[in-house]
Amino acid sequence: MADQRTAAASSEVDVSPDYKWGFSTEIEQELIPKGLNEDIIRLISSKKNEPEWMLELRLKAFRHWLTLTEPTWARVSYPKVDFQAISYYAAPKKSETPKSLDELDPELLKTFEKLGIPLQEQKRISGVAMDVVFDSVSVGTTHQEVLEEAGVIFCSISEAIHKHPELVKKYFGTVVPYADNFYAALNAAVFTDGSFCYIPKGVRCPVDLSTYFRINAKDTGQFERTLLIADEGSFVNYLEGCTAPQRDENQLHAAVVELVAMENAEIKYSTVQNWYTGDKEGRGGIYNFVTKRGKCAGRNSKISWTQVEAGSAITWKYPSVILQGENSEGMFYSVALTHDKMQADTGTKMIHIGKNTKSTIISKGISTGDSSNAYRGLVKIMPSADNARNYSQCDSMLVGDRSSAHTFPSIEVKNKTATIEHEATTSRISEDQLFYLQSRGLDQEKAISMLVNGFCKQVFKELPLEFSVEAVKLIEMKLENSVG
Amino acid sequence: MLEIKNLRAKVGDKEVLKGLNLTINAGEVHAIMGPNGAGKSTLSKVLAGHPAYEVVEGDVLYDINFKMTNLLDLAPDERAKEGVFLAYQYPVEVPGVSNLSFLHMAFNSIVEHQGSEPMNEEDFKRLVLDKMKIVGMKQDFLERPVNVGFSGGEKKRNEILQMAVLSPRLAILDETDSGLDIDALRVVSDGVNKLRRPDNAILLITHYQRLLDYIKPDFVHVLADGKIVETGDAALALKLEKQGYDWLL
Repeated sequence: MADQRTAAASSEVDVSPDYKWGFSTEIEQELIPKGLNEDIIRLISSKKNEPEWMLELRLKAFRHWLTLTEPTWARVSYPKVDFQAISYYAAPKKSETPKSLDELDPELLKTFEKLGIPLQEQKRISGVAMDVVFDSVSVGTTHQEVLEEAGVIFCSISEAIHKHPELVKKYFGTVVPYADNFYAALNAAVFTDGSFCYIPKGVRCPVDLSTYFRINAKDTGQFERTLLIADEGSFVNYLEGCTAPQRDENQLHAAVVELVAMENAEIKYSTVQNWYTGDKEGRGGIYNFVTKRGKCAGRNSKISWTQVEAGSAITWKYPSVILQGENSEGMFYSVALTHDKMQADTGTKMIHIGKNTKSTIISKGISTGDSSNAYRGLVKIMPSADNARNYSQCDSMLVGDRSSAHTFPSIEVKNKTATIEHEATTSRISEDQLFYLQSRGLDQEKAISMLVNGFCKQVFKELPLEFSVEAVKLIEMKLENSVG
Repeated sequence: MLEIKNLRAKVGDKEVLKGLNLTINAGEVHAIMGPNGAGKSTLSKVLAGHPAYEVVEGDVLYDINFKMTNLLDLAPDERAKEGVFLAYQYPVEVPGVSNLSFLHMAFNSIVEHQGSEPMNEEDFKRLVLDKMKIVGMKQDFLERPVNVGFSGGEKKRNEILQMAVLSPRLAILDETDSGLDIDALRVVSDGVNKLRRPDNAILLITHYQRLLDYIKPDFVHVLADGKIVETGDAALALKLEKQGYDWLL
């Protein structure tokens, strides 16, 4: 078995004013050797003290992954990822498990404080329970008492594997099976942590749930796994945020998120993605290759994905909904902003299986600088989906004359009763609009951000209030740095 | 307050203003009339700083804190912050941005520049509701996106509302009367008249004399082929109405 080594993390990189989350934390951490093979997978599994069935699942996924080749159909280009040059497990070193969040390593607490996420009891954000994932492990989950009272399970997936194996066994991999795609197989083989959530029948989750992902260590990948189950008649609002230090090397983030909504249940899942994008020349940044999918398993269930994609060197993700239950409803609201050398290929899939299912897609892409921004979507109406309805609207906005926008909508209809509407526009911020706002006293930056915020409004209004304020600020800041 | 000296400007390769001179003092209302293509709208765009218009020669001196400053050296937003306002012939639509938040941002950026505290949303809304009476606009306008789906008359009223709220020292009204029926024209003109003060000036650009039945100018100028060719009082407008422009060309 390979040696384990301990490293004091992180090279010093000057944090540029363009990305204030770009600092790295000096913390004693445990890092396993680079490379990927069955021994490494056994090592990860043993580190997490996993039951045999989970290890078996990982190995099965890994063996399948070996037979796959990296997909190339997305409209992004990047040098081939060397999967042997990545360390698949990095965790803050700790002598024993802290009993409460207040006992966490002060460096960690400071890191999250700096990111605007206070973890200590007295400073916590009220109304939002948070699971915090630092590199490969969850470092803590807040608001446990309130959640317990309501019967809601919200913990790291590692903990769930130990404490709630029946639930994990029942649902894990049912929405995104390991054989689904290259990155899903990789994730199932090497995932290290992520959030688990179960909302029991008839419960309206008393607080919003949130996971914050932070990649800190160098030369690592983050492979988190999130599983969220809303049982009959329940409701949950789930928020997700992410940042990483600024480094010259690219880092891989290949997550899998699975959602299951039973009869009359509703899941609202919102993401503000702000991984490091790389510098102006395109050096460094996160490769964000993510599989997110929800299943509306029961009648009248609802799943909505709302995403603000403002980070990562490369984004490749399609949060999707399988509409199986009758009258179920899937929604996808997306803003993707690219600047400098960023590349984004994002969109959704709506798979209509049940009768009277309905889906809505609102996608807003904004490209500035030399960036490229693509919407890719699939609306599929299966023969069983009588009276299925879809409405799609894909708008692109170009800022400057070197950026590009692309739209790849696919529609497959196998049932004649379906109603499908698709609208797409591409626009440039017009000189006249800009001048109109400027001649009312707004400087160019403010004027552009006003136009862009107006363009994104349909999506921002779907975000929970605090998140929406954050999203507007984030977009404004990104624009300030990229237009001007 | 404003002194335009030998102003020459072009759009693309075409010279449109060919040595224009004009002086405007505080408290005055000037009307500029002239045939199509004379350069009337170009003048308004140049004064506001539209990037598509290139100034070849000349100065536009404007009184800022008792010092004549060349407006042409200022960016469009800086001109606005110094009290220059253009009411557009074709107001631009801004989807997704509510009229109220747009006005609020514009208002605060101007008052902050002038050294005052920004106004909170509640107080500002009160101020706007009060000003809306001037142009007879209903409250629901405030929540609608700027100019989107507005009728021609509504757009023009919205321009005058902006003028009322931003309280400029120099207001340039570019063909504000075009496309208005007689009732809307009366409302808009009443609005402008209420905003006349001894310390501000208004430049009306118009094709037709009928606007001047409602807003009485102190001076009327005829702009033809890029220059002011005739200046007079309100009687000149009436003469133009009867005789056309041919006798001046």
